[in-house]
Amino acid sequence: MNYNKSMKKKVLIMPKEGILDPQGRALKDVLNEAGFDVKDVRIGKVIEIESDSLENLEKMVKDYIINPLIEDYEVL
Amino acid sequence: MKIGICVFPGSNCDYDTYYIVKDILQEDAELIDYTSKDLDRFDAVILPGGFSFGDYLRPGALASKTPLAEAIVNFASKGRYVLGICNGFQILTELKLLPGALLPNENDKFICKRVNLSVENISTAFTRKIEDKEVITLPIAHHDGRFYAPQDILEEIEANNQVVFRYQGENPNGSLNAIAGICNKSGNVVGMMPHPERISEDILGGLDGLKIWHSLIA
Repeated sequence: MNYNKSMKKKVLIMPKEGILDPQGRALKDVLNEAGFDVKDVRIGKVIEIESDSLENLEKMVKDYIINPLIEDYEVL
Repeated sequence: MKIGICVFPGSNCDYDTYYIVKDILQEDAELIDYTSKDLDRFDAVILPGGFSFGDYLRPGALASKTPLAEAIVNFASKGRYVLGICNGFQILTELKLLPGALLPNENDKFICKRVNLSVENISTAFTRKIEDKEVITLPIAHHDGRFYAPQDILEEIEANNQVVFRYQGENPNGSLNAIAGICNKSGNVVGMMPHPERISEDILGGLDGLKIWHSLIA
């Protein structure tokens, strides 16, 4: 038996450049008020997918996970 | 008229909408489970507000992958009437039946208040009994209602007269061009962030929501 068949991949999803990210803005304001010099903060998300077959990972991400109008992604 | 109200896990305005259609409008109403695939018996379908699938991933994202969502695309392609309210609007944009997307409100807060709306397209099934540019007052209750579309798509929406409702006076959530509701190019699919089902009885403080419902059954 092959116990190592399953694989994990991480997908990083970020709001597209130029789209206001209110959470990122709030965190930036807090960091600056705390005395740090922060120009920009953007908050995205990471999705970890575990599967026996990740052949269709790009298809999953494009067709089911991201909204290409507002998000960019990268498979890590 | 037979009107279906979609029920996704986490929909929470489904019974309010059902009540309006059945008891106030006295039309034939039926709740539709999200696993349903057949909508042939309906004249119109409403996607109600709420938090389908807990807003997981993005509001409306998971609901847009259900069998019922696929059936709604087919239903809309036949020219039948589809209305998405709040989360229903978010589902319709995720389904790409309507252009654009709904992002977190500019102030990142849940906003629950009444807003004034200018009705800018009175040729849709949901606005045909309203005067052109009439200002109506409806409640909003959402965290993700900031309408966004890339510049070229926004220009197309405006050029095709697809803006159905525009916030009048204050723009509560930072929506581009103060857009509160839009329709598809053929006008049979409408999405709106405000909740007409919450303001269709005197006891709830107003009747402006009835203008939407009376348009539908006219």
